[in-house]
Amino acid sequence: MENNLLADAVTYLAAAVVSVPIAKRLGLGSVLGYLVAGVIIGPFVLSFLSHPKDVMHFAEFGVVLMLFLIGLELKPSLLWKLRVPILGSGGLQVFITTLLVTAIGLFFGLPWQQALAIGMILSLSSTAIALQSLQEKGQMKSTAGQGAFAVLLFQDIAVIPMLAILPLLASSSDVASIAAHSGELHGWKKGLVAGGIIAGIVIGGRFLMNPIFSFIAKSQLREVFTATALLLVISVALAMQSIGLSPALGTFLAGVVLAESDYRHELESNIEPFKGLLLGLFFISVGASIDFNIFAADPALIIFLTLGLIILKYLVLQLLGRFTPMARPDRYTFAFVLSQAGEFAFVLFAFALGVNLLPQDLVSQLTLVVALSMLLTPLMLIVNDKYVQPLFRETKAEPVSDDISEENKVIIIGFGRFGQAVGRLLAANKISTTILDHDASQIDMVRRYGYKVYFGEGERHDLLHAAGAEDADVIVVAVDEPERSLRIIKAIQHHFPHVKILARAINRPHATDLLKAGVTAVERETLAGGLELGAKVMQQLGWRHNAAWRASRLFKKHDDEMVEQLATMSGDEKMFINHSMETRSFIEKTLEEDQHWEHEVDEHAWERPGKLKKNVHLD
Amino acid sequence: MQSVLLILTHPNLQQSKINYHLIQKANQLDFVHIHDLCEIYADGVIDIESEQKLLAEFDIVVFQHPFYWYSAPALLKEWFDLVLQYGYAYGPGGDSLKGKKWLSVITTGGGQTAYCKTGHNRFTMEQLLTPIEQTAHLCQMEYLAPFVVHGTGKLFDDKVRLDQVSSEYLKTLRLLGEGA
Repeated sequence: MENNLLADAVTYLAAAVVSVPIAKRLGLGSVLGYLVAGVIIGPFVLSFLSHPKDVMHFAEFGVVLMLFLIGLELKPSLLWKLRVPILGSGGLQVFITTLLVTAIGLFFGLPWQQALAIGMILSLSSTAIALQSLQEKGQMKSTAGQGAFAVLLFQDIAVIPMLAILPLLASSSDVASIAAHSGELHGWKKGLVAGGIIAGIVIGGRFLMNPIFSFIAKSQLREVFTATALLLVISVALAMQSIGLSPALGTFLAGVVLAESDYRHELESNIEPFKGLLLGLFFISVGASIDFNIFAADPALIIFLTLGLIILKYLVLQLLGRFTPMARPDRYTFAFVLSQAGEFAFVLFAFALGVNLLPQDLVSQLTLVVALSMLLTPLMLIVNDKYVQPLFRETKAEPVSDDISEENKVIIIGFGRFGQAVGRLLAANKISTTILDHDASQIDMVRRYGYKVYFGEGERHDLLHAAGAEDADVIVVAVDEPERSLRIIKAIQHHFPHVKILARAINRPHATDLLKAGVTAVERETLAGGLELGAKVMQQLGWRHNAAWRASRLFKKHDDEMVEQLATMSGDEKMFINHSMETRSFIEKTLEEDQHWEHEVDEHAWERPGKLKKNVHLD
Repeated sequence: MQSVLLILTHPNLQQSKINYHLIQKANQLDFVHIHDLCEIYADGVIDIESEQKLLAEFDIVVFQHPFYWYSAPALLKEWFDLVLQYGYAYGPGGDSLKGKKWLSVITTGGGQTAYCKTGHNRFTMEQLLTPIEQTAHLCQMEYLAPFVVHGTGKLFDDKVRLDQVSSEYLKTLRLLGEGA
């Protein structure tokens, strides 16, 4: 059995590793890559898999994780702003599509209960495919992406009443068995429990999670933080499932509640890889579940149903798009991306079969139609990108930025004494910053003063990405360890080459290393302060403050130039055995050089050369 | 083509209209080197040595600035005070700038009519600029007739005059570069 598990894992992973990069290289998107991989390793081509259906159930958890992540991006206030498209486009899409599919069902002579059930189930679209495709194209924040998201959100909510209605549609003799199916609780008791769990998620997320994350984060063990994040999501999903509600909706809610948490970015980057893998697995299992025997039995019918479903849903969406502020090209993307049936259809068809609402052969055929419509979506999106969108290119209006993001132009990594000075100056001048720091105690303190501080390690590219490095103009690297600072800079330069990096240098050698690495500007952490105090010493010795200040600033300029020169010299970095020796040797060299700098002493600024008075204080 | 050093002093360039407009035109000329004092010496601490080194590379110097209190902005005055040193620009051995050309490009908010005996400012530009003319003279530099843009407040509403000013400005810089 265990061997079987590992063998399956190898099959799935190998299929993904081979097919997805090829699909991406061909411009087909990762979703299609996964789906095709599933078909290939599935029972009808290579037949490598032992239990594709089980794997699909497991992998549906990827959708749950995805909704959690989406929730994290949506603050409650933003969700409130989306209420019109969610209820408007979303509600109408589900309603009209259900109506039309039901009518077609009736036309084919199905009993009205069955027709209505099929109508409801097929009105849902695939959150997994739609959002994954939109994200991959970076269109989540476009108007089309937002519209699609609102519709998908409504559909996810609509699953709950559907689960309640399906048993009612089943014949009366079956109702008893349904009660058993959905647990022992009925009616108001069930409602009470559901309300309690949702309240628990909201209250717990708002008041309990921050202290817990803070406690975990202080342990400095990354894997424990990851474990906590997963534990949270899985518990919420399980709690929702236990009362018969959609786990995806529950985790979405948890995500929304945690969107305002300081640990948002860290949660995002911890859950992201799991979501990615599970979604991939889900797509593969969809591909593998496509039953070509059923297809072969009546290919014309299946093709007719699949295309008919897609065209119907597409037309409904196009129609709805007209009533939204979406521009024309966006309406096409919106309609194409939502025109398939969704993963909830698999669940709901199985459920409808369980309550004897739908017959086995019809469910098999429709499940195949759902899978095929999902397989076709990436292809339609390619058609949209290659042939439909270019038609609008000349007339395309500037995308309306409806500001889903609060991404700032400046990110500060490391919010200790140095980073704080930078951040305070910027804040005082109304430039808001996103701050990353890996010291949890620091975060608690600073955020009390209204700063947006997130927990995390700056060198992780996923975290930088989550913090909005793509849209940033400047990243300030203000951490206090030279090695870490250089690692972070390498990571930024590699993943976000357009961003300007300004860095805190610990000392002279670090400053030269930073300049060699190609940062835009450096400032040594103690030099400016030390030189200012030096100027004050000179003032105490009788220098006028302006002359002392001038001497101090000129000295700094000279010293900065020396460091820049050092940085341009070809590096013999490996010369020093350790860092402290390197630093000592640098100090020696610096003191030596200072002896030759007589420039300032001879200067006779403002006046002809003459003797300086000894004491010029005006007391 | 001779190279031209354009020393720009505008403490408030982010809000200026005409100086920003003109300097962008000048920036397109590859023989003009723009030296932006407010950008380089934000802290007001002018590096005399490096300024003198820079001056040595050019035979034509343009000072472009707004006319603040009938004179140059404080930072340019500081630059005069420090860089035009005794023994460098004047006094014994002070002939480092000898023979170089000096052109002032000056913008004023008031209209041309304000600068006469009966006008608001009571003196002509020529009279008001005598300290600068004499500075050039003491440095043994050749003082050229200044390029003055009056009435900058309303200039942007008058497209015809704006184009005229811009093209005259460019023409002047080109003629300088050609050594005329």
